[in-house]
Amino acid sequence: MKLTLKIWRQKDARAKGRFVTYELDDVSEKMAFLEMLDSLNRKLVESDQEPVAFDHDCREGICGSCGIYINGHPHGPVPAITTCHLSMRYFNDGDTVWIEPWRAKSFPVIRDLIVDRSAFDKIQAAGGYISVNTGSAPEANSIPIPRKNYDNAFDAAICIGCGACVAACKNASAVLFVSAKITQLALLPQGRVEARDRVRAMVEKMDELGFGNCSNTGACEAECPKEIKIKSIAAMKREYYKAF
Amino acid sequence: MNKVLFSTISKKFIMALAGLFLLMFLPVHLAVNLMLLKPDPEPFNKAARFMATFPLIRIMEIVLFAGIVIHITTGLIIQIQNWLARPVGYAGGSKSETSFFSRYMIWTGASIMIFLVLHFFNFYFIRLGLVPGNPDDFYTVAHNLFSIPAYNYIYLSCFLLLGLHLYHAFSSAFQTLGLNHRIWTPVIRIISLIYSIAIPLGFGIISIIIWKFR
Repeated sequence: MKLTLKIWRQKDARAKGRFVTYELDDVSEKMAFLEMLDSLNRKLVESDQEPVAFDHDCREGICGSCGIYINGHPHGPVPAITTCHLSMRYFNDGDTVWIEPWRAKSFPVIRDLIVDRSAFDKIQAAGGYISVNTGSAPEANSIPIPRKNYDNAFDAAICIGCGACVAACKNASAVLFVSAKITQLALLPQGRVEARDRVRAMVEKMDELGFGNCSNTGACEAECPKEIKIKSIAAMKREYYKAF
Repeated sequence: MNKVLFSTISKKFIMALAGLFLLMFLPVHLAVNLMLLKPDPEPFNKAARFMATFPLIRIMEIVLFAGIVIHITTGLIIQIQNWLARPVGYAGGSKSETSFFSRYMIWTGASIMIFLVLHFFNFYFIRLGLVPGNPDDFYTVAHNLFSIPAYNYIYLSCFLLLGLHLYHAFSSAFQTLGLNHRIWTPVIRIISLIYSIAIPLGFGIISIIIWKFR
């Protein structure tokens, strides 16, 4: 199929970026989206042009590295998948595809489609861990955990920190990510101990880094490749209120 | 302490509480307005006088004004921070599935604010003696206003916008307070829908009846 690509090109963090139009006429519907970009890059390199820089690693949807804003959606128009899992069969011959980096003050563009997501690492480092000594792995049944807590903790723990929630939110808010990290730990006995300090420290760090506020629009939930729900945001708020 | 009081969660909490308080006031106002439909001006004027003089209501009036000021101030701070959080927008637009009216809260809110100013000029300032008029006969003041077609157009469009604001506000406030439940959240959404239709419809019908049939 034939595609017109409008890709954001930006040399470095300080440069002023712009959209560059590329035409591809041999895109197979069997390709993955990133393979389509690979094929474009091969052409660019062969013609002595700079290839388009984009983040990727596992290409299995679990590392959280890839993240491109495609045609108005983070990770493209298909729900519950990462960019690397997006197949070209969802596009039609003759389509124009807008390809942009995540847009947020807290996620500055480093180059082309790559943004600096270290803000997430900073929030995580502020308290998203368990510092109590948990010792070696105990006998599995020695700490009983209600099935409901186990399920909810796991649902939150599958967050891969890709930043699609921030990219989708009209306010570039990071509350879905932060709430996932907080509820994941708050629901389990080892994490419960530090829940109070954790929620205060992580929320404080999130504010400091300049993310927006939550408007309960639900865009994050609709776009999260791991289908984290906004009920986890409500759970984080309960944790925050409980911390006083 | 400041970091806690002005954290994103605290600001939303304060705005939601103030908003929920304002939600309680609207049905009371609507109940008083229903008396405008009676041919006798006395019941409405009596109710208006009661609202203006009864000590408990006078205290609630201060709380109500505080609620409005707090709701608007926190709302504005939140909105400005949100705009600053994304300096560069998307060329391909945003096509994410969202609660539609949540995107326009600042604009629907601003329209309500403009209406409030108009409303104060028409009624509240008369009572304060800032604007000429008879504070003991708000019934006639209201009937005179509703006989002006332009006023009705403004009035009805403002209540339509209020409805859009309330539709997101009501259910969203519960989520902000941390109240999200498998069974109750969908129930709250339904109540939110009913409330956001019933209140503006009530005010709107009263104005239309007076405008067209009185």
